[in-house]
Amino acid sequence: MPKAKKIVWKGVDDMPEMAVSLSSMRVNKTASWRNLKPVIDYDKCKPCGICWKFCPEPAILLKEDGSPVIDYDYCKGCGICAEECPRNAITMHREER
Amino acid sequence: MRKLMMGNHALSYGAKLSRVQVIAAYPITPQTQVVELLSEMCANGELDAKFVKVESEHSALAASIGASAAGTRAFTATSSQGLALMHEMIHWAVGARTPVVLGNINRAMAPPWSIWTEQNDSLSQRDTGIMQVYCESNQEVQDTVIQSYKVAEKVLLPCMLVLDAFYLSHTYEPVDIPEQKLVDKYLPKFNPPYKLDPDDVHAFGGLTDAKWYYELRYKIESAIERARGEWRKADDEFGEIFGRKYGLVEDYKCEDADIMLVTSGTITGTARVTVDMLRDEGKKIGILKIRVFRPFPTDEVRDILGGAKKVACIDRNISFGQSGVFFEEIKSALYNSSHRPQIWGYIAGLGGRDVTPDTIREIVKRTEESDKPQELIWIGLKK
Amino acid sequence: MIEVRLHGRGGQGSVVASKMLASALLKEGKWAQSFPEFGVERRGQPVTAFLRIDTKPIGAHYKIYKPDHVVILDPTLLGQVNVTDGLKKEGWIIVNSERAPDEIDIKGDFKIATVDATGIAIKYGIGSKAAPIVNTAIIGALVKTTGCVGIKSVLQTIREESPSKPEENAMAAKEAYEKTRTT
Repeated sequence: MPKAKKIVWKGVDDMPEMAVSLSSMRVNKTASWRNLKPVIDYDKCKPCGICWKFCPEPAILLKEDGSPVIDYDYCKGCGICAEECPRNAITMHREER
Repeated sequence: MRKLMMGNHALSYGAKLSRVQVIAAYPITPQTQVVELLSEMCANGELDAKFVKVESEHSALAASIGASAAGTRAFTATSSQGLALMHEMIHWAVGARTPVVLGNINRAMAPPWSIWTEQNDSLSQRDTGIMQVYCESNQEVQDTVIQSYKVAEKVLLPCMLVLDAFYLSHTYEPVDIPEQKLVDKYLPKFNPPYKLDPDDVHAFGGLTDAKWYYELRYKIESAIERARGEWRKADDEFGEIFGRKYGLVEDYKCEDADIMLVTSGTITGTARVTVDMLRDEGKKIGILKIRVFRPFPTDEVRDILGGAKKVACIDRNISFGQSGVFFEEIKSALYNSSHRPQIWGYIAGLGGRDVTPDTIREIVKRTEESDKPQELIWIGLKK
Repeated sequence: MIEVRLHGRGGQGSVVASKMLASALLKEGKWAQSFPEFGVERRGQPVTAFLRIDTKPIGAHYKIYKPDHVVILDPTLLGQVNVTDGLKKEGWIIVNSERAPDEIDIKGDFKIATVDATGIAIKYGIGSKAAPIVNTAIIGALVKTTGCVGIKSVLQTIREESPSKPEENAMAAKEAYEKTRTT
């Protein structure tokens, strides 16, 4: 897994010359945007890969056997996977943080 | 080693001597031979670089920016319409602070179609933040490629090196090719503070709101201002190692001149020949050649032109609705100066119209005979 | 400063001829500048090339309007192009022609030289019989008449820079050098 260092600066004098982001996406996790969370019912899932294909992030990874795992660090809760799953194996649940 | 070569090949040799690692380009008249030779050099192993064939100039610069962001030395070349197509990516190269060197052969913009020289293509990129250097000989072209990387990589800004279509691009002149080991000594390996690196990942050029965009623009301006000093330093060091120096500007016999001509590109050489003839006839004429156009050499211009009675600026370009671009810049540099000479603005040589000693003589004559400066004089207009 | 203008047709090698002459001059420690008439060149179309020679670096970058000498690679251009335009008095006009110099119909205070560059190029198989490349032969005649550059460095340059048949090209230049007729 790539490493990432967060760049922190106070003002124009100590900020990087280049327009590099504060850090990479490895540090800037986007899960805080989510208010509905997809959950996979593995009893219903027959690994077809459709959710993996449709996830725009991509925040769905495939295990070696082809079954999907949701990366909750980056999933923004858009619900496309739940909408597209042909077996209704993914349902959206309210976030409780 | 002294070799006869065309201006386009002087660009290629400059890139080769600079050990460029990635070349991405799309052919266009009159630039084609630049990339023909470089692709040959890559194919026969003379140059250890990746030659990327692309489908447009926009992609050529985009690929060069990517290569530069990955920490490699990248080169591209184009002309006219091709440069216009690169415009969006020139802004990008500046903002991303990627020191790509871009060779541009000055060619007039269409319509009507023209393949001949004029500076409107490069000068239209004036406000992007890319550095611009105008060359007058093939030797200067080759040497300036090497100097450009030196400065560009110091200040992390791209640099556009400009030469006249045909008057240089297709003209064969002797060029001293320096020893590679001396160039290596002059130009160290490119090592940017941030690059696309799997071991230290960052996003480049991502969305930045008003909180920091303003500061990043300030950084670009600071860098290009710093570049003035870096150009002087790079040129001095170049002179020590290779015995050739060019300056940000060149002062030719301005010391006692009654009229100072302001020139750029190949018009300079022709003007120098003419000034020698005029001096033989007892007329005190001098030349200020503008070589580095961005950053603009304000101090040098004030210093030299401040001593003039009359200045005649020759522009092979026009900013429609205003005047020649160099004229505008000179005027602007002198406005807050303690001594402000009178300045005449001449438009000459558009679309490759030949600028001969007779043209220069006419400019001198009209400036001599006039008491009140005129800002937009079309020289040789057929009536 | 010596200025030379070459008139030919696209495909005859006028531009290469001026470039080779410049290369040869460089070998002799002189300064030279060679450039084509800037345009879109096509086979058969009249083309012009220029050559400046000096003992110091050449800064001038404009076309040549008052040449010291003129070289004509194709005799059919004589009726089509004003080849003496701006030519200085006593300047050489070097014509690729089977005819003798006094049979060339050019009026004015010029010196005329002729050489059968076409015949020589065909003899050495340079180009094809239909479209012989006469540039190396005509160079020999220019060297002979004007002496602006030595035949030795010219032959060496031709051997080094000819894209094909370097030896034949050098022999063509040498034969033209020997067979040039002058007024």
